[in-house]
Amino acid sequence: MIEFFSEKKQTELVALSSILRKRIIETSSRCKIPHLGSCLSCIDLLIYLYWVELSIDPKNSTCENRDRFLLSKGHGAPALFQVLAEKEFFPKEDLENFGKPNSVFHEHPPKPGLINGIEAATGSLGHGFPMALGMAISAKIQKKTFNSYALLSDGECNEGSIWEAALLGGKLKLNNLFAIIDYNKWQATGRSKEIMALEPLAAKWESFGWHSQEINGHDFREIHESLFKAHQEIEKPSVIIAHTVKGKGVSFMEDDNNWHYRTPNEDELNLALKEISQR
Amino acid sequence: MRNTFANEILRLAKERKDIVLLSGDIGNRMFDKFKEFDSNRFLNCGIAEANMMSIASGMALTGLRPIIYTITPFTTSRCFEQIKIGAAYHNANIVIVGTGSGLSYSELGPTHHSLEDIGILSTLPGIRILAPCDSLELSSQLEECISLEGPTYIRIGKKGEPNLNSLKTKSRIGRSNILKDGEDILLLGIGPILNEALKASEKLKKMHNINLCVVSMGGVEPLDEEFLLKMISKNYSCWVTLEEHGIHGGLGARINNWLSKKKFLKDFNVINIHTPNEFIHNLGNQSFVRESLGLDSNGILSQIISHV
Repeated sequence: MIEFFSEKKQTELVALSSILRKRIIETSSRCKIPHLGSCLSCIDLLIYLYWVELSIDPKNSTCENRDRFLLSKGHGAPALFQVLAEKEFFPKEDLENFGKPNSVFHEHPPKPGLINGIEAATGSLGHGFPMALGMAISAKIQKKTFNSYALLSDGECNEGSIWEAALLGGKLKLNNLFAIIDYNKWQATGRSKEIMALEPLAAKWESFGWHSQEINGHDFREIHESLFKAHQEIEKPSVIIAHTVKGKGVSFMEDDNNWHYRTPNEDELNLALKEISQR
Repeated sequence: MRNTFANEILRLAKERKDIVLLSGDIGNRMFDKFKEFDSNRFLNCGIAEANMMSIASGMALTGLRPIIYTITPFTTSRCFEQIKIGAAYHNANIVIVGTGSGLSYSELGPTHHSLEDIGILSTLPGIRILAPCDSLELSSQLEECISLEGPTYIRIGKKGEPNLNSLKTKSRIGRSNILKDGEDILLLGIGPILNEALKASEKLKKMHNINLCVVSMGGVEPLDEEFLLKMISKNYSCWVTLEEHGIHGGLGARINNWLSKKKFLKDFNVINIHTPNEFIHNLGNQSFVRESLGLDSNGILSQIISHV
Protein backbone atom coordinates (compact mmCIF):
# COMPACT_ATOMS: atom_id res chain seq x y z
CA MET A 1 0.00 0.00 0.00
CA ILE A 2 1.48 3.30 -1.04
CA GLU A 3 -0.07 6.56 -0.01
CA PHE A 4 1.29 8.56 -2.88
CA PHE A 5 0.21 7.54 -6.34
CA SER A 6 2.51 9.14 -8.87
CA GLU A 7 1.78 10.26 -12.41
CA LYS A 8 4.53 7.91 -13.46
CA LYS A 9 2.80 4.95 -11.84
CA GLN A 10 -0.48 5.94 -13.41
CA THR A 11 1.13 6.13 -16.87
CA GLU A 12 2.79 2.78 -16.33
CA LEU A 13 -0.48 1.09 -15.40
CA VAL A 14 -2.39 2.66 -18.28
CA ALA A 15 0.22 1.37 -20.72
CA LEU A 16 0.06 -2.04 -19.11
CA SER A 17 -3.71 -2.10 -19.40
CA SER A 18 -3.44 -1.61 -23.17
CA ILE A 19 -0.91 -4.42 -23.49
CA LEU A 20 -2.95 -6.87 -21.41
CA ARG A 21 -6.23 -5.92 -23.08
CA LYS A 22 -4.68 -6.81 -26.43
CA ARG A 23 -3.43 -10.14 -25.11
CA ILE A 24 -6.82 -10.98 -23.63
CA ILE A 25 -8.57 -10.20 -26.92
CA GLU A 26 -5.98 -12.09 -28.97
CA THR A 27 -6.33 -15.13 -26.74
CA SER A 28 -10.11 -14.99 -26.87
CA SER A 29 -10.02 -14.85 -30.65
CA ARG A 30 -7.35 -17.53 -31.11
CA CYS A 31 -8.66 -20.00 -28.49
CA LYS A 32 -12.38 -19.17 -28.76
CA ILE A 33 -12.49 -18.29 -25.04
CA PRO A 34 -15.71 -16.44 -24.09
CA HIS A 35 -16.42 -13.91 -21.29
CA LEU A 36 -14.36 -11.33 -23.12
CA GLY A 37 -16.59 -8.45 -21.98
CA SER A 38 -16.21 -9.56 -18.35
CA CYS A 39 -12.42 -9.76 -18.68
CA LEU A 40 -12.18 -6.28 -20.15
CA SER A 41 -14.34 -4.81 -17.39
CA CYS A 42 -12.11 -6.14 -14.58
CA ILE A 43 -8.62 -5.96 -16.08
CA ASP A 44 -7.85 -2.49 -14.68
CA LEU A 45 -8.87 -3.62 -11.19
CA LEU A 46 -6.64 -6.70 -11.50
CA ILE A 47 -3.72 -4.62 -12.73
CA TYR A 48 -3.98 -2.21 -9.81
CA LEU A 49 -4.27 -5.06 -7.32
CA TYR A 50 -1.27 -7.00 -8.61
CA TRP A 51 1.02 -4.04 -9.38
CA VAL A 52 0.27 -1.91 -6.33
CA GLU A 53 -1.96 -3.39 -3.69
CA LEU A 54 -1.27 -7.06 -3.10
CA SER A 55 1.69 -8.25 -1.11
CA ILE A 56 2.45 -11.48 -2.99
CA ASP A 57 5.92 -12.40 -4.20
CA PRO A 58 5.57 -14.30 -7.50
CA LYS A 59 8.83 -16.09 -6.73
CA ASN A 60 7.62 -17.13 -3.27
CA SER A 61 3.93 -17.41 -3.93
CA THR A 62 3.18 -19.90 -1.17
CA CYS A 63 4.62 -17.68 1.58
CA GLU A 64 2.27 -18.10 4.56
CA ASN A 65 1.76 -14.43 5.16
CA ARG A 66 1.06 -13.42 1.55
CA ASP A 67 -2.12 -11.54 0.83
CA ARG A 68 -4.84 -13.78 -0.58
CA PHE A 69 -6.66 -12.81 -3.76
CA LEU A 70 -9.66 -14.79 -4.97
CA LEU A 71 -11.21 -14.18 -8.35
CA SER A 72 -14.71 -14.92 -7.13
CA LYS A 73 -15.99 -14.10 -10.63
CA GLY A 74 -14.00 -17.04 -11.94
CA HIS A 75 -15.02 -16.40 -15.55
CA GLY A 76 -12.55 -13.51 -15.50
CA ALA A 77 -9.75 -16.10 -15.49
CA PRO A 78 -8.45 -15.21 -19.00
CA ALA A 79 -7.70 -11.71 -17.62
CA LEU A 80 -6.15 -13.06 -14.41
CA PHE A 81 -3.93 -15.49 -16.30
CA GLN A 82 -2.50 -12.62 -18.37
CA VAL A 83 -1.86 -10.64 -15.21
CA LEU A 84 -0.11 -13.56 -13.50
CA ALA A 85 2.01 -14.23 -16.59
CA GLU A 86 3.06 -10.58 -16.85
CA LYS A 87 3.95 -10.62 -13.13
CA GLU A 88 6.04 -13.74 -13.85
CA PHE A 89 4.14 -16.14 -11.61
CA PHE A 90 4.81 -18.51 -14.50
CA PRO A 91 6.55 -18.10 -17.89
CA LYS A 92 4.51 -16.25 -20.48
CA GLU A 93 5.12 -19.14 -22.87
CA ASP A 94 2.88 -21.30 -20.67
CA LEU A 95 -0.08 -19.35 -22.01
CA GLU A 96 0.65 -20.67 -25.49
CA ASN A 97 -1.22 -23.76 -24.31
CA PHE A 98 -4.28 -21.70 -23.37
CA GLY A 99 -7.45 -23.47 -24.44
CA LYS A 100 -5.57 -26.42 -25.93
CA PRO A 101 -6.40 -30.02 -25.05
CA ASN A 102 -4.61 -31.21 -21.90
CA SER A 103 -3.82 -27.65 -20.75
CA VAL A 104 -4.54 -26.33 -17.23
CA PHE A 105 -5.29 -22.94 -18.80
CA HIS A 106 -8.94 -22.96 -19.76
CA GLU A 107 -11.96 -20.88 -18.85
CA HIS A 108 -11.75 -20.88 -15.03
CA PRO A 109 -9.05 -20.94 -12.35
CA PRO A 110 -8.36 -24.52 -11.24
CA LYS A 111 -7.56 -25.66 -7.70
CA PRO A 112 -4.28 -24.46 -6.17
CA GLY A 113 -1.10 -26.23 -7.17
CA LEU A 114 -1.78 -26.37 -10.90
CA ILE A 115 -1.10 -22.72 -11.80
CA ASN A 116 1.26 -20.67 -9.67
CA GLY A 117 -0.59 -17.76 -8.07
CA ILE A 118 -4.08 -19.28 -8.15
CA GLU A 119 -5.44 -19.55 -4.61
CA ALA A 120 -8.72 -21.36 -5.23
CA ALA A 121 -10.89 -22.86 -7.91
CA THR A 122 -13.69 -20.49 -8.79
CA GLY A 123 -16.19 -20.32 -11.58
CA SER A 124 -19.24 -21.53 -9.75
CA LEU A 125 -20.41 -18.11 -8.60
CA GLY A 126 -20.83 -17.37 -4.92
CA HIS A 127 -18.00 -19.60 -3.70
CA GLY A 128 -14.87 -17.44 -3.87
CA PHE A 129 -16.07 -14.60 -1.66
CA PRO A 130 -17.13 -16.87 1.24
CA MET A 131 -13.78 -18.63 0.92
CA ALA A 132 -12.02 -15.26 1.10
CA LEU A 133 -14.07 -14.60 4.23
CA GLY A 134 -12.78 -17.88 5.69
CA MET A 135 -9.22 -16.80 4.89
CA ALA A 136 -9.72 -13.44 6.60
CA ILE A 137 -11.09 -15.14 9.73
CA SER A 138 -8.21 -17.61 9.55
CA ALA A 139 -5.69 -14.73 9.55
CA LYS A 140 -7.29 -13.27 12.67
CA ILE A 141 -7.35 -16.65 14.47
CA GLN A 142 -3.70 -17.29 13.64
CA LYS A 143 -2.73 -13.69 14.38
CA LYS A 144 -1.34 -13.26 10.89
CA THR A 145 -1.27 -9.91 9.16
CA PHE A 146 -2.27 -10.84 5.62
CA ASN A 147 -5.31 -9.33 3.97
CA SER A 148 -7.95 -11.21 2.02
CA TYR A 149 -9.42 -9.85 -1.24
CA ALA A 150 -12.21 -11.07 -3.47
CA LEU A 151 -13.24 -9.71 -6.86
CA LEU A 152 -16.96 -10.28 -7.44
CA SER A 153 -19.23 -9.61 -10.37
CA ASP A 154 -22.53 -7.78 -10.10
CA GLY A 155 -24.35 -10.84 -11.47
CA GLU A 156 -22.66 -12.91 -8.78
CA CYS A 157 -24.49 -10.83 -6.19
CA ASN A 158 -27.62 -12.83 -7.18
CA GLU A 159 -26.17 -15.72 -5.20
CA GLY A 160 -27.47 -16.11 -1.65
CA SER A 161 -24.08 -17.24 -0.39
CA ILE A 162 -22.66 -13.77 -1.15
CA TRP A 163 -25.11 -12.27 1.30
CA GLU A 164 -24.55 -15.01 3.88
CA ALA A 165 -20.87 -14.12 3.77
CA ALA A 166 -21.61 -10.39 3.85
CA LEU A 167 -23.75 -10.88 6.99
CA LEU A 168 -21.03 -12.74 8.85
CA GLY A 169 -18.19 -10.54 7.57
CA GLY A 170 -20.04 -7.47 8.84
CA LYS A 171 -20.74 -9.08 12.19
CA LEU A 172 -17.10 -10.02 12.68
CA LYS A 173 -15.89 -6.50 11.72
CA LEU A 174 -13.14 -8.00 9.61
CA ASN A 175 -10.89 -5.09 8.67
CA ASN A 176 -8.64 -7.47 6.71
CA LEU A 177 -11.36 -8.38 4.21
CA PHE A 178 -11.87 -6.45 0.96
CA ALA A 179 -14.62 -7.16 -1.55
CA ILE A 180 -14.39 -5.44 -4.91
CA ILE A 181 -17.40 -5.62 -7.18
CA ASP A 182 -16.84 -5.35 -10.91
CA TYR A 183 -20.15 -3.61 -11.53
CA ASN A 184 -20.29 -3.79 -15.34
CA LYS A 185 -24.12 -3.61 -15.31
CA TRP A 186 -24.67 -6.86 -17.19
CA GLN A 187 -25.10 -10.51 -16.35
CA ALA A 188 -25.39 -13.39 -18.79
CA THR A 189 -28.79 -12.57 -20.23
CA GLY A 190 -29.60 -9.02 -19.26
CA ARG A 191 -29.10 -5.89 -17.16
CA SER A 192 -28.09 -6.91 -13.65
CA LYS A 193 -30.25 -4.29 -11.95
CA GLU A 194 -33.29 -5.48 -13.93
CA ILE A 195 -32.90 -9.22 -13.40
CA MET A 196 -32.78 -8.88 -9.62
CA ALA A 197 -33.36 -5.98 -7.25
CA LEU A 198 -29.62 -5.27 -7.12
CA GLU A 199 -29.98 -1.56 -6.42
CA PRO A 200 -29.37 0.18 -4.15
CA LEU A 201 -26.22 -1.94 -3.99
CA ALA A 202 -24.04 0.24 -1.79
CA ALA A 203 -26.84 0.69 0.74
CA LYS A 204 -27.29 -3.06 0.92
CA TRP A 205 -23.66 -3.62 1.86
CA GLU A 206 -23.70 -0.74 4.31
CA SER A 207 -26.77 -2.14 6.03
CA PHE A 208 -24.86 -5.41 6.40
CA GLY A 209 -22.13 -3.63 8.34
CA TRP A 210 -19.70 -2.90 5.53
CA HIS A 211 -17.78 0.25 4.67
CA SER A 212 -18.73 0.95 1.09
CA GLN A 213 -17.37 3.18 -1.66
CA GLU A 214 -18.36 3.68 -5.28
CA ILE A 215 -15.67 4.41 -7.84
CA ASN A 216 -14.86 4.35 -11.53
CA GLY A 217 -13.25 0.94 -11.87
CA HIS A 218 -11.18 1.99 -14.85
CA ASP A 219 -9.53 4.96 -13.14
CA PHE A 220 -6.36 3.88 -11.38
CA ARG A 221 -6.29 6.94 -9.15
CA GLU A 222 -9.82 6.27 -7.93
CA ILE A 223 -9.00 2.61 -7.33
CA HIS A 224 -5.93 3.72 -5.41
CA GLU A 225 -7.79 6.20 -3.26
CA SER A 226 -10.61 3.81 -2.49
CA LEU A 227 -8.26 1.09 -1.29
CA PHE A 228 -6.34 3.66 0.73
CA LYS A 229 -9.58 4.71 2.43
CA ALA A 230 -10.63 1.08 2.87
CA HIS A 231 -7.43 0.45 4.84
CA GLN A 232 -8.21 3.41 7.08
CA GLU A 233 -11.47 1.72 8.13
CA ILE A 234 -10.51 -0.46 11.07
CA GLU A 235 -13.96 -1.32 12.40
CA LYS A 236 -15.52 -2.83 9.28
CA PRO A 237 -14.80 -4.91 6.23
CA SER A 238 -14.75 -2.91 3.01
CA VAL A 239 -16.59 -3.19 -0.24
CA ILE A 240 -15.58 -1.18 -3.27
CA ILE A 241 -18.28 -1.00 -5.88
CA ALA A 242 -16.30 -0.39 -9.03
CA HIS A 243 -18.47 0.98 -11.82
CA THR A 244 -17.09 -0.52 -14.98
CA VAL A 245 -18.00 -0.97 -18.63
CA LYS A 246 -18.38 -4.44 -20.01
CA GLY A 247 -16.02 -4.77 -22.99
CA LYS A 248 -14.12 -1.63 -21.94
CA GLY A 249 -11.46 -0.45 -24.38
CA VAL A 250 -13.01 -1.53 -27.67
CA SER A 251 -15.81 0.75 -28.91
CA PHE A 252 -17.84 -1.98 -30.61
CA MET A 253 -17.66 -4.22 -27.56
CA GLU A 254 -18.37 -1.62 -24.89
CA ASP A 255 -21.67 -2.17 -23.09
CA ASP A 256 -22.69 -4.80 -25.66
CA ASN A 257 -23.58 -7.98 -23.79
CA ASN A 258 -23.13 -10.14 -26.88
CA TRP A 259 -19.46 -10.21 -25.92
CA HIS A 260 -20.31 -12.26 -22.86
CA TYR A 261 -20.31 -15.31 -25.14
CA ARG A 262 -18.98 -14.16 -28.50
CA THR A 263 -15.33 -14.34 -29.50
CA PRO A 264 -13.82 -12.00 -32.10
CA ASN A 265 -13.24 -13.16 -35.67
CA GLU A 266 -10.09 -12.06 -37.48
CA ASP A 267 -11.47 -8.77 -38.73
CA GLU A 268 -12.89 -7.89 -35.33
CA LEU A 269 -9.61 -8.83 -33.71
CA ASN A 270 -7.60 -6.56 -36.00
CA LEU A 271 -10.04 -3.73 -35.55
CA ALA A 272 -9.94 -4.10 -31.75
CA LEU A 273 -6.14 -4.25 -31.59
CA LYS A 274 -5.82 -1.20 -33.84
CA GLU A 275 -8.25 0.78 -31.71
CA ILE A 276 -6.45 -0.04 -28.47
CA SER A 277 -3.07 0.89 -30.03
CA GLN A 278 -4.41 4.28 -31.09
CA ARG A 279 -5.74 5.21 -27.64
CA MET B 1 -22.70 -39.36 20.55
CA ARG B 2 -23.14 -35.59 20.54
CA ASN B 3 -21.55 -35.26 23.95
CA THR B 4 -18.71 -37.55 22.99
CA PHE B 5 -18.12 -35.33 19.99
CA ALA B 6 -18.06 -32.20 22.17
CA ASN B 7 -15.67 -33.74 24.70
CA GLU B 8 -13.40 -35.29 22.13
CA ILE B 9 -13.12 -32.14 20.05
CA LEU B 10 -12.18 -30.18 23.15
CA ARG B 11 -9.49 -32.73 24.00
CA LEU B 12 -8.10 -32.61 20.45
CA ALA B 13 -8.21 -28.79 20.34
CA LYS B 14 -6.03 -28.74 23.46
CA GLU B 15 -3.47 -30.84 21.60
CA ARG B 16 -3.62 -29.06 18.24
CA LYS B 17 -3.68 -25.31 17.79
CA ASP B 18 -4.96 -25.56 14.22
CA ILE B 19 -8.36 -27.02 15.12
CA VAL B 20 -11.29 -24.63 14.69
CA LEU B 21 -14.89 -25.54 15.44
CA LEU B 22 -17.65 -24.08 13.27
CA SER B 23 -21.28 -24.51 14.21
CA GLY B 24 -24.39 -23.68 12.22
CA ASP B 25 -26.19 -22.15 15.19
CA ILE B 26 -26.80 -25.42 16.99
CA GLY B 27 -25.35 -27.17 20.01
CA ASN B 28 -26.74 -24.77 22.57
CA ARG B 29 -24.44 -25.02 25.65
CA MET B 30 -22.83 -28.13 24.21
CA PHE B 31 -19.67 -26.25 23.31
CA ASP B 32 -19.51 -24.04 26.40
CA LYS B 33 -16.35 -25.77 27.60
CA PHE B 34 -14.77 -25.38 24.19
CA LYS B 35 -15.60 -21.69 24.14
CA GLU B 36 -14.29 -21.33 27.68
CA PHE B 37 -11.05 -22.99 26.61
CA ASP B 38 -10.56 -20.86 23.48
CA SER B 39 -13.42 -18.71 22.24
CA ASN B 40 -11.17 -17.59 19.40
CA ARG B 41 -11.37 -21.04 17.82
CA PHE B 42 -15.15 -21.44 18.00
CA LEU B 43 -17.31 -19.68 15.46
CA ASN B 44 -21.08 -19.73 15.24
CA CYS B 45 -21.56 -19.18 11.52
CA GLY B 46 -25.29 -18.66 11.89
CA ILE B 47 -27.94 -20.50 9.95
CA ALA B 48 -25.98 -20.20 6.72
CA GLU B 49 -24.48 -23.58 5.96
CA ALA B 50 -23.32 -22.93 2.39
CA ASN B 51 -21.29 -19.99 3.65
CA MET B 52 -20.01 -22.03 6.60
CA MET B 53 -18.70 -24.74 4.28
CA SER B 54 -16.86 -22.23 2.07
CA ILE B 55 -15.45 -20.49 5.15
CA ALA B 56 -14.06 -23.86 6.22
CA SER B 57 -12.42 -24.26 2.80
CA GLY B 58 -10.81 -20.82 3.10
CA MET B 59 -9.59 -21.70 6.57
CA ALA B 60 -8.21 -25.05 5.45
CA LEU B 61 -6.40 -23.42 2.53
CA THR B 62 -4.70 -21.09 5.00
CA GLY B 63 -3.46 -23.72 7.43
CA LEU B 64 -6.33 -24.43 9.84
CA ARG B 65 -8.23 -27.67 10.48
CA PRO B 66 -11.89 -26.68 10.60
CA ILE B 67 -14.56 -29.01 11.94
CA ILE B 68 -18.09 -28.24 10.87
CA TYR B 69 -20.99 -29.25 13.03
CA THR B 70 -24.70 -29.05 12.39
CA ILE B 71 -27.71 -31.29 11.72
CA THR B 72 -27.03 -33.74 8.88
CA PRO B 73 -29.34 -32.46 6.10
CA PHE B 74 -27.89 -28.97 6.52
CA THR B 75 -24.26 -29.99 6.57
CA THR B 76 -24.63 -32.29 3.54
CA SER B 77 -27.39 -31.85 0.97
CA ARG B 78 -27.95 -28.17 1.83
CA CYS B 79 -24.39 -27.29 0.85
CA PHE B 80 -23.50 -30.14 -1.47
CA GLU B 81 -21.84 -27.94 -4.08
CA GLN B 82 -19.71 -26.23 -1.44
CA ILE B 83 -18.58 -29.69 -0.32
CA LYS B 84 -17.91 -30.72 -3.90
CA ILE B 85 -15.80 -27.69 -4.76
CA GLY B 86 -14.50 -26.27 -1.50
CA ALA B 87 -13.81 -29.53 0.32
CA ALA B 88 -13.44 -32.38 -2.19
CA TYR B 89 -11.96 -30.61 -5.25
CA HIS B 90 -9.54 -28.61 -3.09
CA ASN B 91 -8.75 -31.72 -1.03
CA ALA B 92 -9.18 -29.44 1.98
CA ASN B 93 -8.52 -30.66 5.52
CA ILE B 94 -12.08 -30.30 6.73
CA VAL B 95 -14.07 -32.59 9.01
CA ILE B 96 -17.79 -32.34 8.31
CA VAL B 97 -19.91 -33.70 11.14
CA GLY B 98 -23.59 -34.37 10.66
CA THR B 99 -25.52 -34.88 13.87
CA GLY B 100 -28.95 -36.47 14.22
CA SER B 101 -28.37 -38.63 11.16
CA GLY B 102 -30.76 -41.13 9.63
CA LEU B 103 -33.98 -41.08 11.63
CA SER B 104 -32.45 -39.67 14.84
CA TYR B 105 -34.72 -36.66 14.55
CA SER B 106 -37.61 -38.70 13.24
CA GLU B 107 -40.30 -36.58 14.92
CA LEU B 108 -39.04 -33.51 13.06
CA GLY B 109 -40.17 -34.95 9.77
CA PRO B 110 -38.62 -35.44 6.33
CA THR B 111 -36.91 -32.01 6.46
CA HIS B 112 -34.72 -33.36 9.25
CA HIS B 113 -34.36 -36.97 8.10
CA SER B 114 -31.13 -37.81 6.33
CA LEU B 115 -31.52 -40.99 4.34
CA GLU B 116 -29.53 -39.90 1.28
CA ASP B 117 -26.45 -38.14 2.72
CA ILE B 118 -24.07 -41.06 2.23
CA GLY B 119 -25.42 -41.58 -1.28
CA ILE B 120 -24.89 -38.03 -2.45
CA LEU B 121 -21.46 -37.65 -0.84
CA SER B 122 -20.40 -41.02 -2.29
CA THR B 123 -20.59 -39.47 -5.74
CA LEU B 124 -17.68 -37.17 -4.89
CA PRO B 125 -14.07 -38.23 -5.30
CA GLY B 126 -11.68 -37.98 -2.37
CA ILE B 127 -13.94 -37.68 0.65
CA ARG B 128 -13.93 -40.16 3.51
CA ILE B 129 -17.44 -41.17 4.57
CA LEU B 130 -17.66 -42.49 8.10
CA ALA B 131 -20.64 -43.69 10.11
CA PRO B 132 -19.54 -44.82 13.57
CA CYS B 133 -21.87 -47.17 15.42
CA ASP B 134 -21.04 -45.83 18.85
CA SER B 135 -19.08 -43.22 20.80
CA LEU B 136 -15.98 -45.41 20.92
CA GLU B 137 -15.74 -45.57 17.14
CA LEU B 138 -16.55 -41.88 16.88
CA SER B 139 -13.73 -40.90 19.26
CA SER B 140 -11.10 -42.90 17.47
CA GLN B 141 -12.27 -41.80 14.03
CA LEU B 142 -12.18 -38.13 15.06
CA GLU B 143 -8.73 -38.44 16.51
CA GLU B 144 -7.44 -40.17 13.39
CA CYS B 145 -9.06 -38.02 10.72
CA ILE B 146 -7.92 -34.76 12.26
CA SER B 147 -4.38 -35.65 11.20
CA LEU B 148 -5.21 -36.98 7.73
CA GLU B 149 -5.03 -35.04 4.48
CA GLY B 150 -8.30 -34.25 2.72
CA PRO B 151 -11.93 -34.02 3.78
CA THR B 152 -13.86 -36.40 6.02
CA TYR B 153 -17.59 -36.67 6.60
CA ILE B 154 -18.72 -38.22 9.88
CA ARG B 155 -22.36 -39.16 10.28
CA ILE B 156 -23.40 -39.44 13.91
CA GLY B 157 -26.58 -40.03 15.91
CA LYS B 158 -27.82 -37.80 18.71
CA LYS B 159 -27.53 -38.80 22.35
CA GLY B 160 -27.86 -41.85 24.55
CA GLU B 161 -26.67 -44.44 22.03
CA PRO B 162 -25.11 -47.42 23.86
CA ASN B 163 -21.54 -48.51 23.26
CA LEU B 164 -21.61 -51.57 21.01
CA ASN B 165 -17.88 -52.15 20.78
CA SER B 166 -15.97 -53.46 23.73
CA LEU B 167 -13.73 -50.88 25.38
CA LYS B 168 -10.71 -52.90 24.31
CA THR B 169 -11.47 -52.57 20.59
CA LYS B 170 -8.90 -50.46 18.77
CA SER B 171 -10.90 -48.92 15.98
CA ARG B 172 -9.30 -47.51 12.82
CA ILE B 173 -10.69 -45.63 9.81
CA GLY B 174 -11.39 -48.10 7.01
CA ARG B 175 -11.25 -51.08 9.35
CA SER B 176 -14.30 -53.10 10.37
CA ASN B 177 -15.08 -53.99 13.95
CA ILE B 178 -16.72 -57.29 14.83
CA LEU B 179 -19.31 -56.49 17.47
CA LYS B 180 -20.40 -60.11 17.88
CA ASP B 181 -18.92 -63.16 16.20
CA GLY B 182 -21.02 -65.91 14.59
CA GLU B 183 -20.57 -68.56 11.92
CA ASP B 184 -23.91 -68.86 10.10
CA ILE B 185 -24.88 -65.47 8.70
CA LEU B 186 -22.85 -62.29 8.29
CA LEU B 187 -24.40 -58.89 8.98
CA LEU B 188 -22.46 -55.81 7.87
CA GLY B 189 -23.82 -52.51 9.10
CA ILE B 190 -23.10 -48.88 9.82
CA GLY B 191 -24.26 -46.51 12.52
CA PRO B 192 -26.07 -46.83 15.86
CA ILE B 193 -28.80 -48.98 14.27
CA LEU B 194 -26.37 -51.88 14.75
CA ASN B 195 -27.77 -52.05 18.27
CA GLU B 196 -30.95 -53.46 16.68
CA ALA B 197 -28.84 -56.04 14.86
CA LEU B 198 -27.26 -57.15 18.12
CA LYS B 199 -30.71 -57.59 19.65
CA ALA B 200 -31.84 -59.49 16.55
CA SER B 201 -28.82 -61.78 16.81
CA GLU B 202 -29.81 -62.81 20.34
CA LYS B 203 -33.31 -63.66 19.15
CA LEU B 204 -31.98 -65.55 16.13
CA LYS B 205 -29.82 -67.69 18.39
CA LYS B 206 -32.58 -68.32 20.89
CA MET B 207 -35.45 -68.94 18.47
CA HIS B 208 -33.69 -70.50 15.48
CA ASN B 209 -30.25 -71.50 16.71
CA ILE B 210 -28.66 -69.31 14.04
CA ASN B 211 -25.40 -67.57 14.87
CA LEU B 212 -25.21 -64.09 13.40
CA CYS B 213 -21.89 -62.33 13.03
CA VAL B 214 -22.50 -58.59 13.53
CA VAL B 215 -19.94 -56.19 12.08
CA SER B 216 -19.65 -52.44 12.17
CA MET B 217 -18.04 -51.29 8.91
CA GLY B 218 -17.39 -47.86 10.48
CA GLY B 219 -18.29 -46.16 7.21
CA VAL B 220 -18.42 -46.74 3.47
CA GLU B 221 -15.34 -44.88 2.24
CA PRO B 222 -12.75 -46.29 2.49
CA LEU B 223 -14.30 -49.74 2.40
CA ASP B 224 -12.49 -52.47 4.31
CA GLU B 225 -11.96 -54.80 1.35
CA GLU B 226 -9.37 -56.87 3.14
CA PHE B 227 -11.95 -57.75 5.78
CA LEU B 228 -14.60 -58.48 3.16
CA LEU B 229 -12.26 -60.93 1.40
CA LYS B 230 -11.62 -62.62 4.72
CA MET B 231 -15.38 -62.96 5.23
CA ILE B 232 -15.75 -64.51 1.75
CA SER B 233 -13.37 -67.25 2.82
CA LYS B 234 -15.59 -68.01 5.81
CA ASN B 235 -18.38 -69.25 3.55
CA TYR B 236 -21.37 -67.62 5.24
CA SER B 237 -24.66 -68.81 3.76
CA CYS B 238 -26.03 -65.30 3.71
CA TRP B 239 -24.75 -61.71 3.86
CA VAL B 240 -26.99 -59.00 5.31
CA THR B 241 -26.36 -55.26 5.05
CA LEU B 242 -27.99 -52.87 7.50
CA GLU B 243 -28.16 -49.09 7.51
CA GLU B 244 -30.50 -46.29 8.54
CA HIS B 245 -30.20 -44.86 5.03
CA GLY B 246 -31.76 -45.52 1.65
CA ILE B 247 -30.46 -48.15 -0.75
CA HIS B 248 -29.11 -45.66 -3.31
CA GLY B 249 -25.44 -45.06 -2.71
CA GLY B 250 -25.47 -46.46 0.80
CA LEU B 251 -23.64 -49.37 2.38
CA GLY B 252 -25.91 -51.99 0.78
CA ALA B 253 -25.30 -50.65 -2.70
CA ARG B 254 -21.60 -50.40 -2.00
CA ILE B 255 -21.38 -54.01 -0.80
CA ASN B 256 -23.54 -55.29 -3.68
CA ASN B 257 -21.29 -53.47 -6.12
CA TRP B 258 -18.17 -54.92 -4.52
CA LEU B 259 -19.59 -58.45 -4.56
CA SER B 260 -20.62 -58.03 -8.18
CA LYS B 261 -17.22 -56.70 -9.25
CA LYS B 262 -15.47 -59.56 -7.49
CA LYS B 263 -17.97 -62.02 -8.98
CA PHE B 264 -19.07 -63.32 -5.57
CA LEU B 265 -22.69 -62.29 -5.98
CA LYS B 266 -23.99 -65.73 -6.92
CA ASP B 267 -22.24 -67.59 -4.13
CA PHE B 268 -24.69 -66.78 -1.35
CA ASN B 269 -27.87 -64.87 -0.48
CA VAL B 270 -27.57 -61.11 0.02
CA ILE B 271 -30.22 -59.17 1.94
CA ASN B 272 -30.12 -55.37 1.97
CA ILE B 273 -31.95 -53.85 4.91
CA HIS B 274 -32.42 -50.09 4.54
CA THR B 275 -35.01 -47.35 4.65
CA PRO B 276 -37.53 -47.22 1.79
CA ASN B 277 -37.03 -44.74 -1.05
CA GLU B 278 -39.93 -42.57 0.05
CA PHE B 279 -40.61 -39.67 2.40
CA ILE B 280 -41.84 -40.76 5.79
CA HIS B 281 -45.03 -39.07 6.94
CA ASN B 282 -46.22 -41.29 9.76
CA LEU B 283 -43.97 -39.91 12.42
CA GLY B 284 -43.09 -40.88 15.94
CA ASN B 285 -39.90 -41.36 17.87
CA GLN B 286 -36.95 -43.17 16.33
CA SER B 287 -37.95 -46.57 17.81
CA PHE B 288 -41.47 -46.21 16.47
CA VAL B 289 -40.34 -45.29 12.96
CA ARG B 290 -37.71 -48.02 12.91
CA GLU B 291 -40.37 -50.52 13.94
CA SER B 292 -42.86 -49.32 11.37
CA LEU B 293 -40.22 -49.59 8.63
CA GLY B 294 -39.10 -53.05 9.74
CA LEU B 295 -35.74 -51.73 10.87
CA ASP B 296 -36.03 -52.69 14.55
CA SER B 297 -34.69 -56.00 15.90
CA ASN B 298 -37.91 -57.87 15.08
CA GLY B 299 -38.03 -56.45 11.58
CA ILE B 300 -34.40 -57.37 10.97
CA LEU B 301 -35.08 -60.85 12.39
CA SER B 302 -38.06 -61.49 10.15
CA GLN B 303 -36.28 -60.20 7.01
CA ILE B 304 -33.40 -62.57 7.70
CA ILE B 305 -35.65 -65.54 8.49
CA SER B 306 -37.74 -65.05 5.36
CA HIS B 307 -34.59 -65.42 3.26
CA VAL B 308 -32.96 -68.44 4.89
